[in-house]
Order: sequence, then structure tokens, then C-alpha cells
Amino acid sequence: MAEMTMIEAVRSALGDALARDERVVVLGQDVGANGGVFRATEGLQERFGPERVVDMPLAEAVIVGSAVGLACSGLVPIPELQFLGFGSQAFHQIEGQVARFRFRSQGSYPMPMVIRAPFGGNVRTPELHSDAHEAKYVNSPGLKVVMPATARDAKGLLAEAIRDPDPVLFCEPLRGYRLIKDEVPEEDYTVPLGRARTVREGTDLVIVAYSAAVVVAERAAERAAEEGYSVGVLDLRSLVPLDVDALREAVAACGRAVVLHEGSLSAGFGAELVATIQEEAFWSLHAPIGRVAAYDTPYPPGTVEDLYVPSIDRVVAAVRAALEA
Amino acid sequence: MSTTPTIDPAEPLCLLTPDGTLADGHVPALEGEALLGAWRAMLRSRVVDERCFSLQRQGRLGTFSPVHGEEAAVVGSAWALDPARDWVVPQYRELPAMLRQGYRLTQALQYYRGDPAGSRMKHGVNVLPYQISLAAQIPHAVGLAWGLRHQGSDAVVCVYFGDGASSEGDAHEAMNLAGVRRVPVVFVLKNNGWAISTPVRKQTATASFAARAAGYGIAGELVDGNDLFAMHDACSRAVARARAGDGPTLVEARTYRMGPHNTSDDPTRYVDPIELEEHRALDPLARVRRYLTAEGVIDEPSERALVDELAAEFDAAIAQVEAGAPPGPEAVFDHVYERPPPRLERQRQQARGDTG
Repeated sequence: MAEMTMIEAVRSALGDALARDERVVVLGQDVGANGGVFRATEGLQERFGPERVVDMPLAEAVIVGSAVGLACSGLVPIPELQFLGFGSQAFHQIEGQVARFRFRSQGSYPMPMVIRAPFGGNVRTPELHSDAHEAKYVNSPGLKVVMPATARDAKGLLAEAIRDPDPVLFCEPLRGYRLIKDEVPEEDYTVPLGRARTVREGTDLVIVAYSAAVVVAERAAERAAEEGYSVGVLDLRSLVPLDVDALREAVAACGRAVVLHEGSLSAGFGAELVATIQEEAFWSLHAPIGRVAAYDTPYPPGTVEDLYVPSIDRVVAAVRAALEA
Repeated sequence: MSTTPTIDPAEPLCLLTPDGTLADGHVPALEGEALLGAWRAMLRSRVVDERCFSLQRQGRLGTFSPVHGEEAAVVGSAWALDPARDWVVPQYRELPAMLRQGYRLTQALQYYRGDPAGSRMKHGVNVLPYQISLAAQIPHAVGLAWGLRHQGSDAVVCVYFGDGASSEGDAHEAMNLAGVRRVPVVFVLKNNGWAISTPVRKQTATASFAARAAGYGIAGELVDGNDLFAMHDACSRAVARARAGDGPTLVEARTYRMGPHNTSDDPTRYVDPIELEEHRALDPLARVRRYLTAEGVIDEPSERALVDELAAEFDAAIAQVEAGAPPGPEAVFDHVYERPPPRLERQRQQARGDTG
């Protein structure tokens, strides 16, 4: 075990995959000599050469679209979108092709691909760099969507996503790349997709979150504890597959829930969570389910972004409202 | 080092003239059994077009896009490939090329009938599925060619698209990447004059799509797309170039869409009948027929017999497809994932219950 940041964990998983499986090819803008703009691929081109870690033209659609062809040829491509917000430039390839290529070829051409994409706010980036667009991809049948919250999970989930025969969008919280740091095994290991993680037990309420928002949920739960409440945190780890069993059990155990995410509110993933909770655990609810998300506005410029991304205060307020209902 | 030929946008390559005679000094590489196979494929394409149209009108087939007018562009390019190792990445108007690669006519008919089984590619049939999202297949072809070469193969990938799809960003991104990586791909741009009702002059201001090749640092060829020999010649050169590691080629096949865009389209609303008649005189089948007749290889009775044989082949195929069981609710769920999420499996169970 060693302490690793999330970016080191991602790099470690990529290095393991390139070493383990010669079919694996990493491709994207700046992934080679530069080692990625966040250094996720640092040193990999030196280790594995420019044909395994491939610098690409500035063109998201062909980064993803050529990865479809690489997969058809029998390789396991790992394309990187420099930011999830730029994924819109490739959305027709991701939603229209990657997600449904297995289906539209009736199993002839599986897509064992992992699209990596940093996302998320509070880091004062220019427009479109911070958008949390995960819900658009959840609504793309055929795709899996994985969103780790810890360095240990980032490595294990990425290792599993690369082994998974289905295409995976792997969203990495750029705010957490260096801030999130925990104990990570140095050897190759996997964390299964679709198994939520109980971050913190609680008997009064559970906050359901994923990715960097899990950290916000933990802080909010600590604050609620100071006020005498026992608040748990459930980290979903992946949105597709969704761990419905864990969600049901967590809510049924305490009867109150707040769902939390960085994407905007309307038709965000929180709406799916609330709908699922009422289907699965309606009779155990003691209060309306709280929903904390970004507002239904474009992601704003840096001076006001902290007012937009769900803060600890907003989560605490939602927790309090649910507990006092 | 560079094998990029210069191109003259004013003069498409023509080796078999509309009257069925060869250009001065040309000795066709396509001859003997291969030539007869190509002729048969062109005739079959027209039989398939006519019969599919009729079946669609009877409600026995869904939407269908005829190849009519583009037979030489499709067949000439496909006959430049080695189906055992080379790949075809189609759009949706290239059935003769798919059939040459080993795709079955029965599967094509399943596809047109909306049966998912029509899109399953048997191992060894080097074809990607039909592409409806125009131009999305072009990056796939580049990645496929790159991936095959990466694994030591000398395979070449031939990708088809049209003048309309050439306006999509994917076409640009794919040709640019292909140039950068010098991947073994042949881009066959069938300029058939129309994107549904949009004429090519409203699609682009360029005098020649082939001229765009220079902007990508790749080879370009402008070809009379109604000339079987010219298409085969230019594409054979492109395939050889790709196989030798000299990179991609953009082949502009200048042809004409003689039929409607598809079975839902009424081209009388926008096609000038005089222009259509002018193109009828350039029919790609007619000039091969004239050539083969002059060579003494075919005559009217033998062609009639061949058409009858192809029609019987089609009728047997549609009978086989119509006799098959229609797909059930499982077909909605099968092959979406290899490892489906549990909630999708629950939906599958519900669907089974709903349909009794």
C-alpha cells in the first residue's frame, strides 16, 4: 500500500493495463510527450512507445470515432477527452456509435473501450472545462458510466472498466486529481462496476453522491453530526450499472435521503435517483427526498462558480430540511 | 517519398467511354472471370433495386435506397479489394460491395425489413454494418485501418460516403487523421449530384472533391464514376498505395443518382427531367454491355438468361426471409451489453411478462 493521489492512481491503472494487455492503446490530445494536461499519462509514452500511447489531432469526434475502428480491429482503445465538456464535440460518436455498436452489429463488433474524461468545478477553469454532463451519457443506452470518488477506487474501477467488454465513460474529478489522496495497492486489482460503497454509516439520513461530491457529502455529514444527527454517505461509484440494491437498503434503513451531484438539476442524475428511491423504498420514507445539484444555468465563470457548484452549506441545509420535515 | 499524384479537377479519369470503347491504349486489368463477376454484380444490383422497390410498395419491406446509377462506382472499387483480407465500410448505398465481401442477400433483405439479424456480420465477412449517421463511418474506417496495420496486417479498408456526407465534420477529421497517420484506407466519395434534394452546387463551392486531398496531404483521384474500368483502375492504384504503406487516397467517383434518395423520396419535386435524361445516356451498365457485346462475350439472350437467374436468386432469398420467424422481444435487449446492468435485465423480464 502506498498513498496516491487520484491522478497517480489513474496513471498506475493505465500503466498496468498497457503492460498486461498488448491490445490496449491510449490515444488523445497531449497524452504522449506532454503526459496529458493533468499528467494522467506521464511517462507512459516513454515506457510503451508512440504506437501504444498516441498523440492525436485536436478533434474529439475522430479521437472517439477512430477508437471505434480500433475496437473493430480487435484492440482495446482508451481514448481521452481532455475535458468532459468537450465531449459534445464527440457526442454523436459516443451516443450514436460507441454506445450502440455492439447492438447495431448484433454482437459482431463489441466495444471494449474506456473513454476517460476529467470534469467538475471549483478550479477556476475557462468555459466548458468544468461541466458535469454525466446525465447525458447515462441516457445513452449501451454505455456504462463510472465516477470514482477515491484514488483506490479510481485505480480499481479503471482496471475493471478496461477489462469490461462493454464501453465505459470514465469520469475523473479534476478538482480531486491532487486533493483526493488515499491508500492504494501498488499491484493490479479491480473494483467491480455497479457496487456502491458505504462511506459512512448513519441512522437518521443518507446522502447519495458520486465522484468529488462524495467529499462534499462527507463534510456535510460531519457538520450534521455536530448538530446531533447521524448522517450516512453512499458513494454510487458507477451510475450505469446502478447499484439499486444498495440504494434501496441505504434509504430503507433510515427513511430519509438527500441526493447530490454537480450537474444541473433538471433531468440530472438526481432525478433518476429520486425516482428509483420512490419505486424501491417509498413506504420507508419519512420525509420528501432532498435534491442538491447545480442550478439550471450554464456553468458560470470562475468568480461565481462557487455559488453554482453544490456547497457543503447547501447540502447541510437540505439535510436539515429533510430531518426537520 | 511522396506518391501524391497531381490531379486535374476538370478531367475525370475515363477508360471506358459511354459508347463502350476503350480509351486509347488502355488494356483493362479487369478481365475474364473477374470482369464477368463485376458485370453480374452490376446487373444483380439493378434487379435488387427494382424488386426491393416493388416489395416496399407492397408493404413487405421498409425503407430502401437504390444503387441505380452508381453501380460502376461501387463495383469497380469493390473489385479492387481482396475480400479475404480487405475491408468494406459502407454507408447504405453499397450493397454490391458488401455482397462481394461475403455479406448475404438474405441478410440485406432482413435489414431492409427491420430485422436486427440483418446487421450481424459473420466472422470472416470483412464489413462493418450499414451506417445511417452520415459520415460517422469515416472515422471508424480510419481507426480500423490503423488498428489492422498496428497488428501486423497488410489489409486495406475501403470506406464509402457521398457528396452530402463530405460536408460533415467527421469526414474532415477522418481524412485529416488518415493523412497524419498514413493509414491504409481508400476514401471512395461517390459524388452522385444529390443529398436528397440538395444539389452538389449547394453542398460545396469546390470544383472537385478530389482536390481536397491536397489539403490533407494525401493522394486524390478524380474518376468518371460511371466507368467500371476507371473506378477499378484508380481504386487498384489506391489499394496498392495503401498496402505499400504510402497512405490513404481520396477517390472522387463522379456519378449520378438515377433513382430517388430512397423509397420515401419523390425526386420529381426537384430533379430537372432534362438533366436526368442526359445522365441516362451515361448509364454505367450500358457501357459495360456495349463493351462485352463488342468483345463477343455476351449477347441479348445470355443477358436475359442472367437477369432471369438473378431474379430467381432474389425471389428465393425473399421467400426464405419471409418464411423465417419474426424476432421476438428478446431482440430488443440482446447485444446491447455483453454484461447488462441488473436493471436492464429486470426490464427484459418485464418485457417477457408483458408479451405473455
